[in-house]
Amino acid sequence: MSSTKSPLRILHLYPRDMNIYGDYGNILVLKRRAEWRGYKVEVIDYNPGDNFPKDIDVIVGGGGQDSGQDKVQADLQKISHKLRDLADNGTPMLVICGLYQLFGKYFQTHDKRIIHGIGILDIETIAESERLIGNITIQSQQFGDIVGYENHSGQTFLGKNAKPLGMVIRGVGNNKKDKSEGACSNNVIGSYLHGSLLPKNPHIADWLIEQAATKKYGNFESKNIDDHFTSLAREHAMKRPR
Amino acid sequence: MVKIHSVLMGKAVQHAARLRGGSGSALPGLVIEKFDKSFVANALTKFPYGVVFISGTNGKTTTTKMVVELLESQGLKVFTNRTGSNFSRGIAAALLSDMNARGKLKADIAVLEMDEAHAVHLAEKVKPRYCLLLNVMRDQLDRFGEIDHTAQFLHRIAMAPTNSVIVNRDDPRLASRKFIDDLTAKVSGFGVSEKLIHQFPSDDDMRSLSIEKRKALFDQDDTSLESLDGKSAEIKYANKIKKVSLKVNGIYNVLNAVSAIALCREIMGEKLQEEKMLHALSEVTPAFGRGEDIIVNGSPCQLILVKNPSGFRLGLQSFDPKGYAIMIAINDNYADGRDMSWLWDVDFDTLKSGGVSELSGMRAYDMALRLQYDDVPFLHVDTDLRRSLKNFLESANNKPKRIYCTYTAMMSLRHELSKIADVKAVR
Repeated sequence: MSSTKSPLRILHLYPRDMNIYGDYGNILVLKRRAEWRGYKVEVIDYNPGDNFPKDIDVIVGGGGQDSGQDKVQADLQKISHKLRDLADNGTPMLVICGLYQLFGKYFQTHDKRIIHGIGILDIETIAESERLIGNITIQSQQFGDIVGYENHSGQTFLGKNAKPLGMVIRGVGNNKKDKSEGACSNNVIGSYLHGSLLPKNPHIADWLIEQAATKKYGNFESKNIDDHFTSLAREHAMKRPR
Repeated sequence: MVKIHSVLMGKAVQHAARLRGGSGSALPGLVIEKFDKSFVANALTKFPYGVVFISGTNGKTTTTKMVVELLESQGLKVFTNRTGSNFSRGIAAALLSDMNARGKLKADIAVLEMDEAHAVHLAEKVKPRYCLLLNVMRDQLDRFGEIDHTAQFLHRIAMAPTNSVIVNRDDPRLASRKFIDDLTAKVSGFGVSEKLIHQFPSDDDMRSLSIEKRKALFDQDDTSLESLDGKSAEIKYANKIKKVSLKVNGIYNVLNAVSAIALCREIMGEKLQEEKMLHALSEVTPAFGRGEDIIVNGSPCQLILVKNPSGFRLGLQSFDPKGYAIMIAINDNYADGRDMSWLWDVDFDTLKSGGVSELSGMRAYDMALRLQYDDVPFLHVDTDLRRSLKNFLESANNKPKRIYCTYTAMMSLRHELSKIADVKAVR
């Protein structure tokens, strides 16, 4: 029985500085859905300067304002080798918006400055003047339709080692050119979608939990969760104006 | 000088819009702004006590109403845009209503509630004499992009006044060297005492400066809420503590009242009639939809506007749910903000024990999902506001009721309620 096992440990990356689009919703949904399946869960906050904790099973990071991104950059470089090792070992991760960009190779600012990312995702992001804002729906082979809200001025382009999370049905996505949205590599998912992402897309949450549980305990206790309101919320969100 | 033909034309449109059954607010303003771009700026130059701007993300409407009432207690005739329509066109419409046909407006002072982004342009044209800045909370990120941008808007507004700027000294983005240092007008602060500060959840923990350091950022003057016990408040200024019993509900409404006191003191200076001001303070009520009570079938129904996580958290914290039937109505029209992420930054634990009776609005199911993840029970969900309200009123028949609602949901609810109850018209 899973309740006797050591808890699943979720690391919330930079909750203080990178949390502006309801990113807590992603943490809460992971925690609850794991608990509803009988797992014990611990959420660990990691902020700049903290000791990087051991035995992490899932990592979640969010978006920030420019000021928040400035604050975490140096620290992110400092812990980059640890994050890279975890990614290489198949640790599931979800990074949204600002941290999605910083998990890539670089971010080029409006004044053409290059901010180095940590290169876990093979993507490059260039700041543009236009802000891409609104409801968005994408289609993913793995997860089906994914619904969310985008709000970013960086346009992201994928290299050959990254696969898009999905293709845009409505909205813009990574950039104004190729209809792709998000990026995946190993078990790392990056995306511009908030809203928050996981509440209305629980199949992604369950996949993250499944990867973590399988890796840690050797199996995953799948159990149906009543997603009646999730379906209705998704349906209504997809019908709302951009 | 205001052009007479602009006034006549605007009044004609206003009349036509009212005949069509509209409130007469947005359309005439829009038309006159197209017709005469300097109409608002010209009309605002003539007041003997000048122009006051009130801005910030939360509490503008209530604060503006309070400031107007405090200034009226001092014998001033006040022009204001009390409709909550705080864009330039709303001000144009309010000016049109109050002017005579020759473009004359009899008032001593203009007190204007200003939307953050729109205030910037008008402030640079009009040069207000005073400006009151309430806060920068996370609001409608989809409109402005980032909260730091909102702070930059407020900074540009703060650069404009000729006399003084009054700032919430407990707001981390306003009470900072970066915000204050290059302001040219006199800067005073208002806020709460150290023991009350924990009652104001902050979006971040940037409130790193101690209260003494924050006060030191400002000129000597400070107006502070020292304590609040139910509706009895102690307000400190000029080194004296005043006890006032209030009619307003909720600590954030009380803080708005404190900011209004700070502004009134600043405007009146030595002419201040203190007893009259404090009496007016004890009589002020919140603006429509900011905790106003509407009596429906003999029991009170309270409307609380929520538009961002801080406001929602404050609302949940300020009003005890015990004994109340609760409804939440979330719309996602442009004026509400289309992004629902903000609901996930609000903690709904306080509603757990009593539960929620009714969920409504276009995003009722987003709200249902949010409550599900906080283990808050709810009885009924319906995206149709009218049906939902009817069900809520019937099922919670004799209980006092409270409705948390976004802006456009509130407007619809007031409209529905006005059919069966006495709802104060929005001017």
